[in-house]
Amino acid sequence: MQSEHISKQYDADLEAVRAKVLEMGSLVEQQMVDAMEALTKSNPTLAKSVIKKDSQVNALEVQIDEDCSRIIARRQPAASDLRMVLMMIKSITDLERIGDEAAKIARFALKSSESERKLTPRFVEIKAMANTARDMLHMALDAFARSDASKVVEIAHMDEEVDEQYQAAIRQLITFMLEDPRTISISLEVLFIAKAVERIGDHAKNISENVVYMVQGKDVRHISVEDMQSQIAE
Amino acid sequence: MQNTTSIIKAQSKNLDFFYSNGMQALKSVNMPLYENKITALIGPSGCGKSTFLRCFNRMHDLYPGNKYQGEIVMHPDNTNILEHGVDPIEVRMRISMVFQKPNPFPKSIYENVAYGLRVRGESNKRMLDDKVEEALKGAALWNEVKDRQQDLAFNLSGGQQQRLCIARALATDPEIMLFDEPTSALDPIATANIEELMSELKQKLTILVVTHNMQQAARVSDYTAYMYLGELMEYDDTNTIFTNPTRKETEDYITGKFG
Repeated sequence: MQSEHISKQYDADLEAVRAKVLEMGSLVEQQMVDAMEALTKSNPTLAKSVIKKDSQVNALEVQIDEDCSRIIARRQPAASDLRMVLMMIKSITDLERIGDEAAKIARFALKSSESERKLTPRFVEIKAMANTARDMLHMALDAFARSDASKVVEIAHMDEEVDEQYQAAIRQLITFMLEDPRTISISLEVLFIAKAVERIGDHAKNISENVVYMVQGKDVRHISVEDMQSQIAE
Repeated sequence: MQNTTSIIKAQSKNLDFFYSNGMQALKSVNMPLYENKITALIGPSGCGKSTFLRCFNRMHDLYPGNKYQGEIVMHPDNTNILEHGVDPIEVRMRISMVFQKPNPFPKSIYENVAYGLRVRGESNKRMLDDKVEEALKGAALWNEVKDRQQDLAFNLSGGQQQRLCIARALATDPEIMLFDEPTSALDPIATANIEELMSELKQKLTILVVTHNMQQAARVSDYTAYMYLGELMEYDDTNTIFTNPTRKETEDYITGKFG
C-alpha cells in the first residue's frame, strides 16, 4: 500500500487480513509440496499430516471471509481498498480449492502406500506438471504480496504448459490402458492426480488475474494471453 | 453501464471565480451536467464545490465584488447564465436550490410552496392550489401535510422541512435543481427519504448535489466530480470513480487517505 489512511485502525484492519491471506497462501503452497512429496516418495506420515492440515486451510478461509465482511460493513471500502477486499474474498476460494486438491493427492498417496500392488505407477510426468503448477502458485502469491500485475502473463503461459502436459499425460495413460488392461485401475488413479494438479494451475492463474484487478482495476479473466498482455500494458 | 445517449443540460466552460477579496475559488472548471442525471460534487472543505454550485444560480451576485469569468451554458437554448444581460431571478426560476439546513420561510406550509409562484405574478387561487399540491406531491410530502397546509412550516420535523424546501423549489418547474449538502442536518431515515426523492426527481429534471458524505455520492449519483483547491481534478461516471479512479488524488480522497 502506497499511502496510509487517516484512520490508523483501518490500515491495521486491512493489513491484518492481507497478512492472513498470505499466511493461508504459504500454508496451501506447503500442503501442495508435501502432498506431492508424500506421493512420489510414498510417505504415509506426510500424507496424513497434509490431510489433517486441510482443516487449518478451511478455518483460515472462514476467518478471512468474516474479516472481509466486517471491513465492508464497517468501513465501506472504495477504489483500491474495495478492489483489494474483493480480490481477497475471491482468491481465498481458489486457495481453499488448491488445499482440497492437495488433500486429494495426499489421500491417494496414503492409499497407494498402504496397498500391496504389483504395479507401481509412474509419476515422472506428473511431477514435472506439479512443479510448474507450484511455481505458478508461488508467483501468484508473490504478485499479490508485491501488488505486481505484470506476472499474470507469464503465469498464463505456464498454465498453457500445464494444460498441454495434462493432455499428454492423458494420451500416455490411454496407451498404457490399451496395451495392458491390468493397468486400467492404476492409470485412472494417476489420471485423477493429474487432473488435481491441472486444477491447481487453474486456481493459481485465477489468483494472478485477481491481482491484476486489485492493482489496475482491469478484468483480465476469460481472455486470450495476447489480449491480457496488451491490457495490462495500457 | 451508463446511458451513452445522455444529453448535456448545462456545461461550465473555463469557469473562474474570484471572491471580492481577490481569492480565486474556481480555476478554469470545465464540466458537463447531463440531463436527467444526478451529478455529485465531492472534495475536502474549501475545495470550491459549494462555490461552483452557487454559480449555477448566480448566488454570488448577492455580494458585491465577486467576479465570474468563463461561461455556464444552459441547453437547449445555449444561454450563458453568467452573462450580464441575463436576469438572475429568471435563472433562479430555471435553476433552483435546496440548502444544507432546511430554511422554510416563517409562513404557512402552503405559502412557502406558493411563494415562488407569487413572486412570478401568479395570483389565481385555483392555479396556486393545483401547483402547491403538485409540488408537495413531487416532494413526497403531500400525504403528511395535505390536511394542515395552513400550519406554520416550522411545526414540521427537520426532514419534512427539507422536503418542504424541495417542494418550494419544485413549484416553479425548474430544469435544474441544486442541492447543497441537503441531508447533513438530517437523521439516516430522513436522509434515505431525501435520497429516494432525488432519484424520483431526476426523471423530470437534472440534479447537481454537493455532499460531504462520500457514500451518499456513491449511492445517488450517476456522475461524480472530485474537486480540490478550486480545480476539477477528476470527473467520471460514479461507478468508475468509486471502483477505479484515474488520479491518485481522487483515490486518496475517497479511500480516506487524504491527510
